[in-house]
Amino acid sequence: MNTSPRNLLASISIAAATALTPLTSQAQEPVRIAFMDPLSGSFASIGTSGLRQIEYAAEYFFNSRGGILGGRPIEIVPLDNKQSPTETQLQFQRAVSEGIRIIFQGNSSAVANTLSSTISRHNRRNPGQEVLQINYSAVDPALTEEECSFWHFRFDAHAIMKLEVLTDYIAMNEDIKSVYIIGQDYSFGQVVADTSIAMLQEKRPDIEIVGNEFHPIGQVKDFTPYVTKIVASGADAVITGNFGADMVSLARSIIDSGLRIPIYTFYAAYDGITATLGEDAKGLVYLVHNETSNPIPTEERKEFIRGFKAANPDKDVTQPRIYNALRMVVEAIEESGSTDPYDIALALEDRRHTTLSGEEIWMRGDDHQIFQSLHISVHTDEGVEFDADNSGWGLFSEFHVPAEETIRETSCRMRRPRR
Amino acid sequence: MLEVFIFATLNGLVTGLLLFMLASGLTLIFSMMGVLNFAHASFYMLGAYFAYSISSYLGFWTGLLVAPVVAGFCGALVERYGLRHVHKHGHVAELVFTFGLAFLIEEIVQFLWGRDTKNYQQPELLDFPLFTLFGQEFSAYRGFMIFISVAIFIGLYYTLTRSRIGIIIQAAITHPHTVANLGHNVPLIFMGVFGVGSALAGVAGVIAGPVLTTFPGMAIVLGSIVFVIVVIGGLGSLAGAFVASLLIGLLQSYAIASDVGMPDLLDLIGVSFERSHPLNDLWTLTLPQIAPILPFLLLVLVLIFRPTGLLGKREE
Repeated sequence: MNTSPRNLLASISIAAATALTPLTSQAQEPVRIAFMDPLSGSFASIGTSGLRQIEYAAEYFFNSRGGILGGRPIEIVPLDNKQSPTETQLQFQRAVSEGIRIIFQGNSSAVANTLSSTISRHNRRNPGQEVLQINYSAVDPALTEEECSFWHFRFDAHAIMKLEVLTDYIAMNEDIKSVYIIGQDYSFGQVVADTSIAMLQEKRPDIEIVGNEFHPIGQVKDFTPYVTKIVASGADAVITGNFGADMVSLARSIIDSGLRIPIYTFYAAYDGITATLGEDAKGLVYLVHNETSNPIPTEERKEFIRGFKAANPDKDVTQPRIYNALRMVVEAIEESGSTDPYDIALALEDRRHTTLSGEEIWMRGDDHQIFQSLHISVHTDEGVEFDADNSGWGLFSEFHVPAEETIRETSCRMRRPRR
Repeated sequence: MLEVFIFATLNGLVTGLLLFMLASGLTLIFSMMGVLNFAHASFYMLGAYFAYSISSYLGFWTGLLVAPVVAGFCGALVERYGLRHVHKHGHVAELVFTFGLAFLIEEIVQFLWGRDTKNYQQPELLDFPLFTLFGQEFSAYRGFMIFISVAIFIGLYYTLTRSRIGIIIQAAITHPHTVANLGHNVPLIFMGVFGVGSALAGVAGVIAGPVLTTFPGMAIVLGSIVFVIVVIGGLGSLAGAFVASLLIGLLQSYAIASDVGMPDLLDLIGVSFERSHPLNDLWTLTLPQIAPILPFLLLVLVLIFRPTGLLGKREE
């Protein structure tokens, strides 16, 4: 699952290096962690980029420093779920049969929901063989609300938390009098639409919602017909939860039509998107996310990014939450002295962790939702020390909301397994 | 409303003509060899990626000229050294061969160019609005896309119906043995047609890459719809492919532009449902929401009521 011959060479040399380690140090059984995301198909670029990041983080923080639990290395096992719920169940069975007890998964809430219910059922039926779900990116609120599970931990702010910040930011802009909402037709896209309408109504009743459109996910060839409607509606801004090819095509179509209005997004950066947007989108595309972009606050994080870039020149550290999640899981493993998912889960609850950015983040025990500061960044080339896609373009964080202000009540009533 | 209608028509034309460039090659290959080439859209993707690589060194226009030739050459090689051998084992083998080839090409593209979206841009020369209507721009590049597609359609039509090569090709479709007995090299004609078909897909890729974005999933997104077109138009019918391409392009574009849906229908018959109704998703369904699947609906209808397609001839 490599993206270029250069990467292939790099991984061959890593493989050769790791193959030699047992000769020099005492061989210990690795702690195996599955990374289950699309590694082929339309959304493969996001999945493979995440895989590189978790592999590098495992090497950087732990394996190069003697492993965990007194010398055990972390082994990341890539499992390709093609971002399909059916494939996810097959890959889950594979993970179980290989004895893997921790699964990282991030892309698509539909997949995360399937995985969560599959894991809950599996864990109920196979006591002593439980599996832990580390969700680093799927943001459907249900996962930590009505559908919450003891075996699921989310390391990203969910859609409503992000939209609270995004709508605050939009409400501050007096020039915006009307908003057009467009998104992929599935749970997350619908949450984005319903929530932004409700929140904007409350914060800025004068803003008119001039459009609310859904399109099938990954099926649209050309977004121009949609953009025609956006132009005709006279909208002052667009909100979208699109990701991957759907995001970049939409943004390009909007910009190509000559429309110069801000586009508020969740995922319009990295993996080729930033380079493709380039000059035309300067100051128009906004993202809400955790972990501030440029300026990077600490030297430690800069060092990590430089190291990652040296090892993966054609990739970026797109999701710092991946290494946050990995580090917190490892802290929980070390503290409980166990790799049993039940022990890890208990140690993760109400855990506080200081990130590379020097910020303390908190995993709430009630619903297994992470809390950390949220930021809004803009696509630009000014003040961008660390660019994306080696394009000279990147994100600059303009608006910051501290972690305390993102905390929301949860409706989660968690069923805790008894032991 | 008028502005939406005009732009929906223009958008539909652009999409339809683009689809035709793919469908024309596919339907030509089918009528000659009797095989549905599942890898056809892969040559479209190859065209876009070749053009991306070439354009980053030599500019867009060189890419436009060279990339389709390279894609066509790849197609010819596939026919000469792959399909021709598989041909002996019948149509099923050919079908499976092209099916596998589609996956192979996708993997090769990802291996060579990576999985990220490629920054393939339209030429600066065409980076201006052709005209502005009701405050909406229609880019010169889209006008250029229409121009190229129409030029290709006319060129193809004349080559096939008026030129000597076209007559030989038409004869080879129906009477390959007679054509061979007359001293023509039929396998060479087959290879040529496969190559030209792939090159046409390549052209589509070159000009669509900058607008529809160049990424490894682009073949899959367009591939299925192209099959729908050749089936609706009638397998092997060039005119049918043209009509069906425009039909589907416009159908999708109008569906997206429209604002009607189940709520309007329910209002009309005076029925209403609570938001908490278990079928709420169905009652709030709108036409734009299902626009991208309309072609498949049309496919089912055509297969039921007119299995030969719009302009297809009945199979013996």
